[in-house]
Amino acid sequence: MSINSKAAPVVFNNVTKVYGKDVVAVDNINLKIEAGKLVTLLGPSGCGKTTTLRMIAGLEMATKGSIFIGDSDVTLLPATDRDVSMVFQSYALFPHMSVMENVAYGLGFSGFDKSETKDRAVQGLDLVGLKGYGDRLPSELSGGQQQRVAVARALVLEPQVLLFDEPLSNLDAKLRRQVREEIREIQQNLGLTVVYVTHDQEEALAVSDEIVVMYNAGIAQIGSPRDLYEAPADRFVADFIGEANIISCEIVAVSGDAATINIAGFIHTLPSHGLSVGPAQLAVRPTRLIMNAPSGITVTVQKATYVGSRMEYTFKAEFGTLFSVSENVDEPLKVGQSLTVGLDKIGPVLLPKI
Amino acid sequence: MKPLASLEQPANPVLIFWIAIGLVGFFAVPWYGVEDFFKFEWLIDGYPFDADYAPAAFLLGQAEKLWLAPLILPLLAPFAVLLKRKSDPLYARVLIVAGAIGLGWIILQGFSIGIRGWNFGWLRVFLGDLNDRQYGMGYGGMLVTVAFLFLFTQGIAARGAINGDVFVVSSISGIVVIVTIFVFFPIAKMLTAAFITDVGGYSLSVFASKFFDDRLWGLGCLSGGRCGVAWNSLFLAVLVGLITTTLGLIFALVVTRSGFRYKRALRALTVLPIITPPFVIGLALILLFGLSGAVTTFFSDAFGIQPTRWLYGLPGVLIAQILAFTPIAFLVLIGVVEGVSPSMEEAAQTLRATKWQVFKTVSLPLMRPGLANAFLLGFIESMADFGNPLVLGGNFDVLSTEIFFAIVGAQYDQGKAAVLAMVLLCFTLGAFYAQRFWLGKKSYTTVSGKGDSGMHPHMPRALSIPVLALAMIWAAFTMVVYAMIFYGSVVELWGVNNSLTFKHYFTAFSFSFEESGIRWSGAAWDSFWTTLKIAGIAAPLTAIVGLITAYLLTRQTFAGKNAFEFGTMLSFAIPGTVIGVSYILAFNVPPIEITGTGIILVVSFIFRNMPVGVRAGIASMSQLDKSLDESSLTLGANSWQTFRRIILPLLRPAILAALVYSFVRAMTAISAVIFLVSAEYDMATSYIIGRVENNDYGLAIAYSTTLIFVMLAVVGAMQLVVGKTEIGRRMSQSRTNV
Repeated sequence: MSINSKAAPVVFNNVTKVYGKDVVAVDNINLKIEAGKLVTLLGPSGCGKTTTLRMIAGLEMATKGSIFIGDSDVTLLPATDRDVSMVFQSYALFPHMSVMENVAYGLGFSGFDKSETKDRAVQGLDLVGLKGYGDRLPSELSGGQQQRVAVARALVLEPQVLLFDEPLSNLDAKLRRQVREEIREIQQNLGLTVVYVTHDQEEALAVSDEIVVMYNAGIAQIGSPRDLYEAPADRFVADFIGEANIISCEIVAVSGDAATINIAGFIHTLPSHGLSVGPAQLAVRPTRLIMNAPSGITVTVQKATYVGSRMEYTFKAEFGTLFSVSENVDEPLKVGQSLTVGLDKIGPVLLPKI
Repeated sequence: MKPLASLEQPANPVLIFWIAIGLVGFFAVPWYGVEDFFKFEWLIDGYPFDADYAPAAFLLGQAEKLWLAPLILPLLAPFAVLLKRKSDPLYARVLIVAGAIGLGWIILQGFSIGIRGWNFGWLRVFLGDLNDRQYGMGYGGMLVTVAFLFLFTQGIAARGAINGDVFVVSSISGIVVIVTIFVFFPIAKMLTAAFITDVGGYSLSVFASKFFDDRLWGLGCLSGGRCGVAWNSLFLAVLVGLITTTLGLIFALVVTRSGFRYKRALRALTVLPIITPPFVIGLALILLFGLSGAVTTFFSDAFGIQPTRWLYGLPGVLIAQILAFTPIAFLVLIGVVEGVSPSMEEAAQTLRATKWQVFKTVSLPLMRPGLANAFLLGFIESMADFGNPLVLGGNFDVLSTEIFFAIVGAQYDQGKAAVLAMVLLCFTLGAFYAQRFWLGKKSYTTVSGKGDSGMHPHMPRALSIPVLALAMIWAAFTMVVYAMIFYGSVVELWGVNNSLTFKHYFTAFSFSFEESGIRWSGAAWDSFWTTLKIAGIAAPLTAIVGLITAYLLTRQTFAGKNAFEFGTMLSFAIPGTVIGVSYILAFNVPPIEITGTGIILVVSFIFRNMPVGVRAGIASMSQLDKSLDESSLTLGANSWQTFRRIILPLLRPAILAALVYSFVRAMTAISAVIFLVSAEYDMATSYIIGRVENNDYGLAIAYSTTLIFVMLAVVGAMQLVVGKTEIGRRMSQSRTNV
């Protein structure tokens, strides 16, 4: 006997959640989360990501629309009756129960007999590397260990969907990296469907199969980490996922998929993303600016900051400032120096003018 | 796994349970009230065929009380859906209809048919003479009613109310029903009683003549005469409210914000008056300042000052009430004063406010809700206090004593009592509303649940000296008063024969060993055991009702929650005297006929003390992070299992606090009790008041002293238990989910 997965997909059809009379937390979203995938809900605070997660859990009920887990419509089902478990931001370990009792808690309601409950709980603790901690109380564990107990408690139920609500926010930076890798590893080994809420874009990029970027109660973009980073759909996504320089430009010609743009006199050709001739915006990652390029935008160095592994520069251009980083720390540019900055072949993305 | 379980086993055990309860109530338990039910003498005394003890089914079998027959159908109807799934619309419909019809019919027949047959003349006109009668419902009727109620709630839950949560729907309905029956119904009954004429009709002029009586509203005291009792009560209550709030705040400040060394002793001292029946302080004051009081005699001997009766009247009642109610204000305020987050005060200090400015601009405003609550409590307690005005009032009459004499005095005027009780109720409800209005909608919550490691700053020096001095004087005075109580209990006859004796204790509590066992020959034993029994039964019930209400208020959202909260908190603003009067008026006739029984005492304690349980529950439940419940729910527990396995264990200290408090209150209460006691069920407090009225001070004081020690032991024992569980409770829930 071992802990298995009964991973199931989650589908949102036109789901809206309104608090009170007129506070719209989630506005008419459609979403399909495939079985066995780790999907992150990412967005600034107040964007509706936690509400979305809680609607999957059954802790909030959708005001409109329907939610499916696997083949069944769970829209009206309360949390108790859904085959979903959740790891809370605060862990929510029951302080009056030992670690073992915490992990076995849900099993007791799932029709397992005593010995099987115990076996499974032991196995769950084993899986998160806490063998032999069963008799301790949650308060006798470190933050990272408490976190793992919370994960084990959710895992042993073999839920159709496992939910994480900002699980790393109470851990220190080093531990975060370790725990997030552990979570990813367990998810992949067991093939779980995981929905993961975070506001940390780096965390999201690191763990996800797919990221759902939410903004203002709606979905801004859904895609793989690479898609989102390299082909953001709009200015918000470009800005929110990693850093991006947003530059105003003019599309002067479009032929096939390629667009020719003019940035303050500099002519450049790149994929058109379906845009037509007229004003547009260009999103460029700091790493995608090439210094001392043969052709490009003329800038002067306004700030140069040494951060150890690289140099960070702020350039002053005719139309505003550009942020850039360089691996070359040995021969830094000097403040006040002029240079030409070019654009990388891949990376810069055209966005519609707002 | 989880969803499957409910498909394989469609017969819902909860449904079966309530159907069974209904059937037991109808077929096996006596339908009408039986005296001394739990002695089970009725079992061998003609049961089940004797009409007095017969269950409803046997009554019908003998062709009696035929109006109960329509109940059979709704009782059996749920069997039709026993094997149906909850999601089946028929399941919900059958349960709702059966429950509603059953409940409706029980209420209808209960109010229509009374001791004299039809209760309403027009029923006789339409349906002819009944030639039969019925008395108050008993346990059979109660079980059937409860079964109908919960069948009904199962139906509503199955239709999807509150996410189909049977436990929550049932708790809400259960509490709404009992609060309606035992708070709103009696009050409504009392209001109508105020309009009833001597011949039984209704008339506005009767009400007006009683209401505008000069004894009630006269302003004679402005011109040297006597004022109306309403003004007396109001004036006294406002004074008591203001002074107890101030003193309570002073104590709270000394305990939390001064370097005073003997804080624990001070704290213990303030607990004393809570375990003291309120009028005992009045008695002690008489021993000190009465005509033959210790202080009075000392001054007349030493300085030749003529002894006067200055104590009897406003001064005496005021002093006694301040002594009695200051600790209540203290207990309210200590929570608030400690609750002001130290980081707020520290923040203010770093913003260059001086200690005095911090206190004035941050600490004090944040304590505002506590001050308002303390005032309200003092006001209501003073309005409701019955013992002290009776003992010390002299010519200073107040509403509560007037009500008492209207009911038990020679005049026996229920209408007058009702009018007076209404005035009293208006005052307290007015204060209740004024408080809510004053606090407005501002949130003063400063305890965020996040760890707050700061320290409360000490009071500014200019404040701490007078505060400490006042606290000391008060503490010394309290100690003297309690010393007098104890001393008074061992004196032969105060002021006449001051020799020491244990005579009073022997009179009250003597017992002897005989062949048949211990013989409790003391005069006080009867009321003593009754009091312990009633308080012991009432305390756990109060705690249960209070905590479930608190759970619903803090953890669930449902339509009408505000009204629900208001309704459950309302009994907090209803003085005991009013409860007493309204219970007599409401529960002396069928369908609920419980005056003269122990049940009415238990019930009155539950609803008098419930708000305290609710507040204690709310306070500690809001300390528990909501994610605890949520994670339990997502782990497959339902809300009842969550309540039992997560919330209750974590609330153990609050439960014990509620238990102790309701037990102690039940032992010391007098204002409602005095109306509800009977020869068989006499309570300690009313027995003592009776002794006082016969000028038998020695026995009264000895009995009171014993009560104080008994409660001290109980509180001490409880505190030991609480202390033990507290070790197992850790502060691990300091993080909050944003």
